[in-house]
Amino acid sequence: MSDKHLSTQFDAELSGISTRVLEMGGLVESQLAQAVHALTQLGHEVAAQVLRAEERVNTMEIEIDRDLSGIIARRQPTARDLRLLIAVSKTIGNLERVGDEAARIARVVQRLIDTGLSSRLRLPLGDLDYESSLALAQLRKALDAFARLDVEKALEVLKSDNLIDQEFEGLIRKLITYMMEDPRTISASIDLVFVAKAIERVGDHAKNIAEVIIYIVKGTDVRHNSLADVESMVR
Amino acid sequence: MDVKVNPQLAQKSKLAVRDLNFYYGKFHALKHINLDVPENRVTAFIGPSGCGKSTLLRTFNRMFELYPDQRAEGQILLDGDDVLKSRLDVSLVRAKIGMVFQKPTPFPMSIYDNIAFGVRLFETLSRADMDERIEWALRKAALWNEVKDKLDQSGSGLSGGQQQRLCIARGIAIKPEVLLLDEPCSALDPISTGKIEELIHELKNDYTVVIVTHNMQQAARCSDYTAYMYLGDLVEFGPTGELFMKPKKKDTEDYITGRFG
Repeated sequence: MSDKHLSTQFDAELSGISTRVLEMGGLVESQLAQAVHALTQLGHEVAAQVLRAEERVNTMEIEIDRDLSGIIARRQPTARDLRLLIAVSKTIGNLERVGDEAARIARVVQRLIDTGLSSRLRLPLGDLDYESSLALAQLRKALDAFARLDVEKALEVLKSDNLIDQEFEGLIRKLITYMMEDPRTISASIDLVFVAKAIERVGDHAKNIAEVIIYIVKGTDVRHNSLADVESMVR
Repeated sequence: MDVKVNPQLAQKSKLAVRDLNFYYGKFHALKHINLDVPENRVTAFIGPSGCGKSTLLRTFNRMFELYPDQRAEGQILLDGDDVLKSRLDVSLVRAKIGMVFQKPTPFPMSIYDNIAFGVRLFETLSRADMDERIEWALRKAALWNEVKDKLDQSGSGLSGGQQQRLCIARGIAIKPEVLLLDEPCSALDPISTGKIEELIHELKNDYTVVIVTHNMQQAARCSDYTAYMYLGDLVEFGPTGELFMKPKKKDTEDYITGRFG
């Protein structure tokens, strides 16, 4: 928010809540990075850390939501202030779900290790690593765009979402091939399908965050529109 | 005359303001105002002190004519007839366009006579018809239950909120077409304010209501359309929901979000 309110306290509350969102975003981002690390390195302890972080993410979501209700009740915000607060509410919901996906990946990692499947089979973990790097980059870009309320950057996130989708489809095809060639990999491959799906969902959450950034700045709800339509709505 | 239906409003306009300029002596207080007030809707005027919102309201029923150095140029069309040029007696204009002021102004007489006074100027009613009209007006103004047993008592004995509702009852008793409310709640507590706002909501079924308010949240709560004015200009006019969620002009946004100053 560039210019100031008459009430400096209101400014402080709004910037405070944005900072908390970014803090939560940072936490979720590292949680996801750890989950991916746990997957590629098959680290049981790292996976356990991811699961422990989930509690903090959930608590942050509840706290930010409580602050939001407080600001709305006391300030009766309008226009872009109101849009910011609505957007914050949606953003933290998406971040919390990213945290859930990270936890889902961590649980799969623990199962792969516990059943001993991972050591006996050759699994396409490198491909999952690539899909994750795309999703992490999307999430980071969305959070950057949120911090700067940068519509151009938000548009970039929307534009790159299909890369993750393509990668996901490729991975599924590959995993099907694995399962056909060696039925012993079926159980582990199904687990990896879930991981691939979780990562793909992270990309969707990043996209949702990018859409609410456009809503804050432009006041236009661009959800459920084609990319071409979104670009013409924004310009 | 040109009563245009503004396509943006999709609502017949009751009052059409056309290139209205207003002067307090040499001071140019309203500058080329064009505005359609939709029928059977609540229209709110908001803006900082001195922006001209009350002045605009006062032109609608020629209230300014009480003061010799004030003049209005342009047109204010009530169903197509120019109120400013009208050869109608000003009291007939005001019978069609009633007004309630910021401070409750009950006449120094009984509650009953407060309402009957205006009605007697325009109509000759039998006692029974007058009783009926007074009950109707007090019921409309959500005051009947509180005063029905003391109609012969002085209007000034009522609480501020009740006095203001009495003034609204007085305004609607003569069955105007438009009701102008100039900061009707600024001297009232939140409960009385809530009652008046509820009343405004009821009134729009029968009347076209225009309200001037300093309280932006009040405009947001009880109006269908909002006009934001600044330094005698009409900056933005549109459906209230849109104006408070996504105003078109940055000036409007700065004002409603409290960045003004």
